[in-house]
Amino acid sequence: MKLTGAQILCESLVAEGVEVIFGFPGGAVLPLYDTLPQYPQLRHILVRHEQGAAHAADGYARATGKVGVCLATSGPGATNLVTGIANAYLDSSPVVAITGQVARPFIGKDAFQEIDITGITLPITKHNYLVLDVGSVARVVKEAFYLARSGRPGPILIDVPRDVFIDQAEFHYPSQVNLPGYKPTLQGHPAQVKKAVKLINEAKKPLIIAGRGIIISRACAELEQLAETAQIPVVSTLLGIGCFPESHVLSYGMLGMHGMAYANMAVDAADLIIAIGMRFDDRATSKVNGFAPHAHIIHIDIDPAEIGKNVRVDVPIVGDVKMVLSALNKLVTPIEHVDWVKQLDNWRREHPSTTIRDSEGLLPQFVVQKIYEVTQGEAIIVTGVGQNQMWAAQHYRYNKPNSLISSGGLGTMGFGLPAAMGVKAGLPDNAVWCVDGDGSFQMTIQELATIVQERVAVKIAIINNGYLGMIRQWQELFYGKRYVASPLEGPDFIKIAEAYGLPALRVKHKEEVIPAIEQAMAHQGPFLIDFVVEPEENVYPMVTPGATLAQVLEEPKKELKIVSDSAKLPVSNI
Amino acid sequence: MATKHTLVALVEDKPGVLNRMASLFRRRGFNIDSIVVGHSEVPNLSRMTFVVDGATTTVEQVRKQLDKVVDVVKVSDITGDDLIIRELALIKVKATSATRSEIIEVVDIFRATIVDVASGSVTIEVTGDEDKINSLLSLLRGFGVKEIARTGRIAMTRGGIGSLPVKENQPKAQTRGRRIS
Repeated sequence: MKLTGAQILCESLVAEGVEVIFGFPGGAVLPLYDTLPQYPQLRHILVRHEQGAAHAADGYARATGKVGVCLATSGPGATNLVTGIANAYLDSSPVVAITGQVARPFIGKDAFQEIDITGITLPITKHNYLVLDVGSVARVVKEAFYLARSGRPGPILIDVPRDVFIDQAEFHYPSQVNLPGYKPTLQGHPAQVKKAVKLINEAKKPLIIAGRGIIISRACAELEQLAETAQIPVVSTLLGIGCFPESHVLSYGMLGMHGMAYANMAVDAADLIIAIGMRFDDRATSKVNGFAPHAHIIHIDIDPAEIGKNVRVDVPIVGDVKMVLSALNKLVTPIEHVDWVKQLDNWRREHPSTTIRDSEGLLPQFVVQKIYEVTQGEAIIVTGVGQNQMWAAQHYRYNKPNSLISSGGLGTMGFGLPAAMGVKAGLPDNAVWCVDGDGSFQMTIQELATIVQERVAVKIAIINNGYLGMIRQWQELFYGKRYVASPLEGPDFIKIAEAYGLPALRVKHKEEVIPAIEQAMAHQGPFLIDFVVEPEENVYPMVTPGATLAQVLEEPKKELKIVSDSAKLPVSNI
Repeated sequence: MATKHTLVALVEDKPGVLNRMASLFRRRGFNIDSIVVGHSEVPNLSRMTFVVDGATTTVEQVRKQLDKVVDVVKVSDITGDDLIIRELALIKVKATSATRSEIIEVVDIFRATIVDVASGSVTIEVTGDEDKINSLLSLLRGFGVKEIARTGRIAMTRGGIGSLPVKENQPKAQTRGRRIS
């Protein structure tokens, strides 16, 4: 029996185990929307802006480990997905984005709502497709899901012309893909593994830098085994947070620009860095020339192009992190590094990094800490981008993979709310908190309507300091305190929440924090708390641009000269 | 010349694949000297030959990034190999009855051929590596060059090994080539 292209697409999504689609209709995808009711197992969540759909699919994918799906129409619908697709690309998140396209006879004619979305997304997708024949719909979906989740995951875009949805073909879902140009290396090369083992066995000050690749590869147990067998301290990247329990004695927190001082000092002092499933982002390494100056570097990653891209590597191992770690664990002998671990513990004692200063006013760090206490560390924290993100990373304690979901590579303000919606849709039994700034939150604030309509019980904590806080912090430190275009006025988030139909509280004082969080948790549906915090609180520790990790600043100290002329800043990635 | 790298890619013959490759060079900031695309020995696979300047670009990064493109079946940097390198050029030169025989002499020395003659010009076809073509060009410039069309470099490793592994094991003797030209 022949099916329409729209039916074939839906059948294929069902075959891939898709449960939820985040989307927004439009002319080019109406044939597909008209078909959706035939497939009640595909839950459609109507977002209010397509960017929200892409972030929601991304959040869903990260939290569940499954492929997230978003759907938009041609032209503006497709271009609105772009930020979300780029975000998923930089953070290696498996997302399949489906876009409608104008009917085939209109392609290339600048027809109404026509845009070359495969051209636009070429550099921000792992691969993309323009489907010109109904007979290839099933194969393309099969390939797209396979590509999205295998190897180094990433977003795949499928662009389907309107008339391909209507055309008919026999439906056979292929059982295998045939992609001669795509064969990810999974097993680490045995000779490289041996070299790595030799370095590990000989190291006096070894340190693991754990990245999100460990979470993606589901290799947290293997990581723990390696760390414990060879007594190797572990620091993590922002996106690696949670892959190694922060409660573990060998955990030394996050490294990088706003990482723990002791974590950065450990990187600086180590004689061996074992970098696992991470890509030496400049926010993690800071000045590359001064990065881990005394260390040999072992780099384990599934993407060969990441090896040696930013940092010199002594022993590269290309492969799936889980498989490589299993191979390493068979060969690494139990060792102790008593002095090294003691050294790190001393640093942690002397440079605690997350101490919250005494303050009459409400501090953002305090808010995050209380969310941790009330949720007993069991919530999934989804952040916006900016100061709120760094405080959330620093002051919550993450002991499980994917307990922090955040936009790392792209640094997308507005990620928080829609991503939290995706997380909650995928994991309805988990408490999901969106910790966001008043600036970041407003970028996708319209998704409040979605979580109310779809009853997605996300709890929202707005860290409201009346500024684009991270911008203001940089202006304070590097632009002579000239706060250009960073102060924010309003809106009244309580009235906003009321208008969208969800309960909300405003909190201005310390003693109100815990009751408010408890009230939010006790409420069945979505809930918003507007935490009005100290307006000019800064994020510390901080490694300033152009400095090495060893030059980490723990608090606003005298040695940080206020730079009034940004031209005097060293050349670095902002 | 030592910094010029020759990369050969076998890619699936699909719409947009050249765009994918070219886009990658642009967005990663890789400098590309030349690019040539044509059919390969395998149906549905095209062969692309890139020349990349190793002085301005990390060639290994280029190779790895190209290899990540899903439509790319194989990429090799064949720079160090014993190579057959060819480029084709068409050169239109001013020619008068006084200079024509001298031009023909130069053309013969370079084993090039004259493919078109008009009252005031001749057009020369020459194949060879870049050095040979540049040498011929420098000799012809004295006559007045009116037009030049050059392809980029195509290249192939000498000896019996093909671009993709052949199923049956080839005896070693067969894989060695003898330099004829």
